[in-house]
Amino acid sequence: MASLDAVVKQVVSKYGNDRTRLMDIITDVQTELGCVSDEAVAQIAKILDLSKVDVEGVITFYHFFTKTPRGKYTVYLNNSAVANMKGRAAIAKAFEDAVGCSFGRTTSDGLIGLYDTSCIGMNDQEPAAIINGVVFTNLTQEKVKEIVTGMKAGKDVKDLVKEYGDGANQSDLIRAMVKNNIMRKGPVLFAPYEQGSAIKAALSKKPEDVIEEIKIANLRGRGGAGFPTGMKWEFCRKAEGAKHYVICNADEGEPGTFKDRVILTELPHMLFEGMAIAGYAVGAQEGIIYLRAEYLYLKKYLEKVLEDLRAKNILGKNIAGKGFDFDIRIQMGAGAYVCGEESALIESAEGKRGEPRNRPPFPVQKGYLGYPTTVNNVETLCCAVRIMLEGGEWFAKMGTAQSKGTKLLSVSGDCQNPGIYEVEFGTTVNTLLEMVGGRTAKAVQVGGPSGTCISKKDFGRRICFDDLATGGSIIIIGPDRDLFEIVHNFMDFFVEESCGWCVPCRAGNVILKQKLEKIMSGKASTKDVQELEDWCKIVKATSRCGLGQTSPNPIYTTIQNFREMYEAKVKKDTDYVSTFDLLAAVEESCKAAGRIPKVEEH
Amino acid sequence: MSTINFTIDGKACKAKPGQTIVEAAKDNGIYIPTLCHFEGLKPAGTCRICTVKVGGRNMAACTTPVTEGMVVENKTADLEDYRKAIIEMLFVEGNHMCPTCEKSGNCELQALGYRYMMMAPRFPFLFPRRTLDASLPKIVIERNRCVQCLRCVRGITTADGKRIFGVVNRGGHVEITVDKDLAASMTDEMAQKAMDLCPVGAILKKEVGFAIPIGKRKFDSKPIGSEIEKA
Ligand SMILES: Cc1cc2nc3c(=O)[nH]c(=O)nc-3n(C[C@H](O)[C@H](O)[C@H](O)COP(=O)(O)O)c2cc1C
Ligand code: SF4
Ligand code: SF4
Ligand code: FES
Repeated sequence: MASLDAVVKQVVSKYGNDRTRLMDIITDVQTELGCVSDEAVAQIAKILDLSKVDVEGVITFYHFFTKTPRGKYTVYLNNSAVANMKGRAAIAKAFEDAVGCSFGRTTSDGLIGLYDTSCIGMNDQEPAAIINGVVFTNLTQEKVKEIVTGMKAGKDVKDLVKEYGDGANQSDLIRAMVKNNIMRKGPVLFAPYEQGSAIKAALSKKPEDVIEEIKIANLRGRGGAGFPTGMKWEFCRKAEGAKHYVICNADEGEPGTFKDRVILTELPHMLFEGMAIAGYAVGAQEGIIYLRAEYLYLKKYLEKVLEDLRAKNILGKNIAGKGFDFDIRIQMGAGAYVCGEESALIESAEGKRGEPRNRPPFPVQKGYLGYPTTVNNVETLCCAVRIMLEGGEWFAKMGTAQSKGTKLLSVSGDCQNPGIYEVEFGTTVNTLLEMVGGRTAKAVQVGGPSGTCISKKDFGRRICFDDLATGGSIIIIGPDRDLFEIVHNFMDFFVEESCGWCVPCRAGNVILKQKLEKIMSGKASTKDVQELEDWCKIVKATSRCGLGQTSPNPIYTTIQNFREMYEAKVKKDTDYVSTFDLLAAVEESCKAAGRIPKVEEH
Repeated sequence: MSTINFTIDGKACKAKPGQTIVEAAKDNGIYIPTLCHFEGLKPAGTCRICTVKVGGRNMAACTTPVTEGMVVENKTADLEDYRKAIIEMLFVEGNHMCPTCEKSGNCELQALGYRYMMMAPRFPFLFPRRTLDASLPKIVIERNRCVQCLRCVRGITTADGKRIFGVVNRGGHVEITVDKDLAASMTDEMAQKAMDLCPVGAILKKEVGFAIPIGKRKFDSKPIGSEIEKA
């Protein structure tokens, strides 16, 4: 093996000794050496003329970067709420039994590491895991045994995949067992279209008129926040800068969303064409797609699609002979939900810790490398393609007053047909439940953990920005589920994914989770529920970015919509219950002394 | 236009272009509590104690520039309670034993606790396991007291602009650390500057202690913010 110094030197020079490519540098060094040790940190810092803490800060921020080896084979088993519903516990145990070590550890011979990870975008085929970048879905205990046997025999992980999914998942460059599960095709995303026709239509107009068409369509961002896309592009276009950038947000980190995964698999040419349209509209020649690390298995395929588009002159120089240049590069993430927040995403793409920025300035004013940047969701950019072809008016005929067009929903949980559904905005939850075979639901989590948990009384509400907003995640919770377990899982997620920058999110979420645990353990009074609700408001009101502003929602919205569940857990005859458990506290010493405590006397 | 007109809690105020709400408020004799903010450093907005309400939205006054006609709410009951809650979160998130701390009396967190009349935090203590680094020649880093304000990260650099302090990990595990080689080259002046920058007792200069006796310290007789407030 080449020496550490040589490896680092070679990797860093591959990225032009460019500090802003630190994400790629760390990824490649880790791929070569298995981890990024203190020595490697020092070497990277030295060549890039950085402080060692700068490099270490980045490595320790991302879930998939590591300073110590995590095994020749590293298993990342999804621990989302839906994975739990689908039997994750038994799968985890099967891994532990077969491998011979527990989660969070690597075997002593350094062969296999077992680790948890947040939602990997496979909620429609859980339990699922990623092993050395390869996705394994619908895991069973038998499959786990086979996989572990294969790893112990030193096989290539790719060869452990025995079955392939549908569509492009079968293509040579993907070869994944992932299924698309496209359950309902709609007119915006899944209607046929001719590659290159939309960018041609755009290039035949002035950029301002492209923006005008998007405004007529009243297209709003599909990433969750619903900001009007036309306005965003206009701000970006008008912002002064030597260059402009288009970034596609393919971080898809909200637990329960996986619709961008399907677009990236089946409609990547449409997405890239959408980026070119955005580039033309805002005056950008460079685009970046920020792809979450969990979707590494799509990277080679996406690179090939980019090549094809260049060959067809839909990307590259002088596109369609109209004098417009535009190209796209892929930036990989490394496991951080907060990097879906657009300014954190930009920080990450610049090779830094994925911490959101303070605003102003907004990304459209000062974004990637300080240049005006529009960040748009995968689906938003695809919508732009259809709007170029069919016109803004056509698009605006669908949907509700404030939400035009269709929305691609990722449906998972307790239903017969999990998968993706393209539905018109304004569809009620009831209609959707009917469609997906989830009529028995007692609760529906709309918009993922950061969204709203609704009960039956709200199933008549509509999915749209004017009513129940969602970036696409719909989790159906059946009548027999313990909702507390799900809320707790979501709080675990936020505690794990907070960037740690600001106090209310960093400390507040831990405090909220502990209080929730107090209630779940039956050691709480009505006052605890009231305090919990008040504390949720404090965290929501004072957190710096969207993560902290919404992280109390699992608790907050269930207190509002399932108050009886909380009330059933608390002691009504007292307004204070101590969390101190005397029996547990003295258990060990009593055992050592051979005494039996007489608690009743205290 | 060279002067910006705006209001804080209904009082007419003036600001210079580019000033943040915190800076302008100070010039107008109004105290908005701050902790992570430090004059001369780029605002970070980590503590959120300066949260004010503008146009119905909560925002950090230390990172938000004043704009013409802005209507700022500062001393409302809700905001004052949020601020107190944040101070309490900081007290339970770390391990703060004021009576044994060299910074007592000069500590901004302690002073805010007094100003907001925190008796006991409403939140249960988290009692985190944190470490102390006494291996550096000039300073001690006592992480039990760190509030992650990032003043040291922002304010202390080498002559060629490299950061000596940095943050590792994320979420509740974030921790201040140093590049040991760069920290070894810190001068006495830099060590003193780092200690003075730190609002709490998390960075202490080695070999001197209690140079100013308790009782004669910055906040011993006057509450924090009183230097700003006009009667
Ligand atoms: C914590 C957090 C996570 C987010 N994750 C995503 C994401 O995975 N994908 C996405 O498109 N937008 C995400 N967003 C929203 C983005 O900040 C941004 O609004 C969006 O990418 C803009 O694109 P759009 O206008 O096309 O929706 C997230 C926001 C927050 C606060
Ligand atoms: S709200 Fe949470 S994720 Fe956002 S900046 Fe604060 S700590 Fe980071
Ligand atoms: S060590 Fe002091 S200055 Fe640095 S982040 Fe912690 S509290 Fe702030
Ligand atoms: S002083 Fe404004 S966020 Fe800390």
